[in-house]
Amino acid sequence: MSFSPVSYLVRHAQALLSSAGHLARAPIATVFTVAVMGLALALPLGLDVLVRNVRSATGDFSGAVGLSAYMHTGVSEQRAQELASTARARAGVGTVTLITADQALAQFRTQSGFGAALDALEGNPLPHVLAITPAAANANPADMESLRRYLSAWPEVESVQLDGAWVARFNAILNLLRRSLLIAAGLLGAGVVAIVGNTIRLEIQNRRAEIEVTKLVGGTNGFVRRPFLYTGALYGLLGGLAAWLVVEASLRALAPAATQLAQSYGSRFALAGPSLRDLELLLGVGTLLGWLGSWLAAARHLAKMEPGSG
Amino acid sequence: MITFQSVAKRYRNGREALSSVSLHVAPGEMVFLTGRSGAGKSTVLKLIALLERPTRGQVIVAGERTAKLPARRVPAFRRRVGVVFQDHRLLIDRPVFDNVALPLIVAGSSLKEMGKRVRAALDQVGLLGSERVLPSELSVGEQQRVGIARAIVSRPPILIADEPTGNLDPVLAAEVMTLFRRLNEVGVTVIVATHDLHLVQESGLRAIVIENGRIAGGEPETALPTIEARR
Repeated sequence: MSFSPVSYLVRHAQALLSSAGHLARAPIATVFTVAVMGLALALPLGLDVLVRNVRSATGDFSGAVGLSAYMHTGVSEQRAQELASTARARAGVGTVTLITADQALAQFRTQSGFGAALDALEGNPLPHVLAITPAAANANPADMESLRRYLSAWPEVESVQLDGAWVARFNAILNLLRRSLLIAAGLLGAGVVAIVGNTIRLEIQNRRAEIEVTKLVGGTNGFVRRPFLYTGALYGLLGGLAAWLVVEASLRALAPAATQLAQSYGSRFALAGPSLRDLELLLGVGTLLGWLGSWLAAARHLAKMEPGSG
Repeated sequence: MITFQSVAKRYRNGREALSSVSLHVAPGEMVFLTGRSGAGKSTVLKLIALLERPTRGQVIVAGERTAKLPARRVPAFRRRVGVVFQDHRLLIDRPVFDNVALPLIVAGSSLKEMGKRVRAALDQVGLLGSERVLPSELSVGEQQRVGIARAIVSRPPILIADEPTGNLDPVLAAEVMTLFRRLNEVGVTVIVATHDLHLVQESGLRAIVIENGRIAGGEPETALPTIEARR
């Protein structure tokens, strides 16, 4: 009866074994419960893997965000140089590249294939352009807009074009997806707690006679509760494992199609599965949720179960 | 060992099972508790095993006032009282060994000690060798004896039995009573609730009669001090 760490561990091991035995003796019920939990946990993990893959496939697009400030055609190259320096000095500006009208024409001539047609023109119709990319910290829609207004106010500038506004939108969509994912994870986690709680509640009712007799011969609430907590934790652990398998299998099914799509864009991108850290996190969270669900059920139903009332 | 002082028990459904019961059982004594069904015998036993607490009055068992015992100390208290039921309340899906070992498991005994004590208890009830059998494979009398083995395996100083012979034929009933007498001889305080008056008379032991929630004769309240002095 006295406390010793060894007998404490032995008792916990006994409870764990007995819980595992109970699960193994009702394989179909166990498989169903684990499957439901696995699917519930697979959804947030799957979404997370998806978002991460989209991110890595598209890069962060930071290079694609920028402004092009087109000057009036009469502005001299020297004036354009000055303006480029002014722009460079502004806070939040990353790089400023001046593309002179001549450079632009030369580039256009070689790349567009309209060389002969261009020769027919009298002068150079192209303006000087400042290609500006923001500093990484300022590549957000608000800062870009204020930069655009600043440049538009210059008399030499005819128009300012915002490049890659879609990138900001795309990143915003990814962010929205991430947030939804957090909410989904929270809701599904609560669902897992409820599933385990209900399963354990039924289990407690099924084993009422055993619980009452155990209390009758002097079993403490803690002793009676222990196997149910282990059962809940095991459900969570197995559910986490099931979720990982579901996500792995889904990715394997998707991988050839994703590779094909990537190849059509000339990319070597391949789908990345959940990492080992994901697996650890999944198993840990699953076990914790299972334990929590069974603890709630046990706290509610076990204390009321006294041998005298039966 | 067991003292009731003007104990009343009213259940939550409003039924008053005991209205005023005073009794005393000395350490090492063996007594019968008799009366018609519903007279309150089971309630007295439940109060002793702390399956219920008194509504009024004092129940003192092995020096503990049960009315005020905090919930966390109830399990340790129950380990000192062995209980035998008429319907034996065995776990039907567990072998005999597991059933008998339960009080030792909850108390955290070592496996070695458990094996020794379970075999000793089964030996006492004449069921040595049935450790791996399921209760359903045993006769009613044998099941009852498994229940007794479970009640005595942790060697509690007090043993209470509620109609332990109710389902048994006279021969088996006599065997069970002999077993209780033997336990009593080695110092266990034994209280047996039964409505089998024949059994009581044959034994020549003291009988506490309960009628309508009160003690009828046999144990007047004034007898308390003299019995107390016998301690």
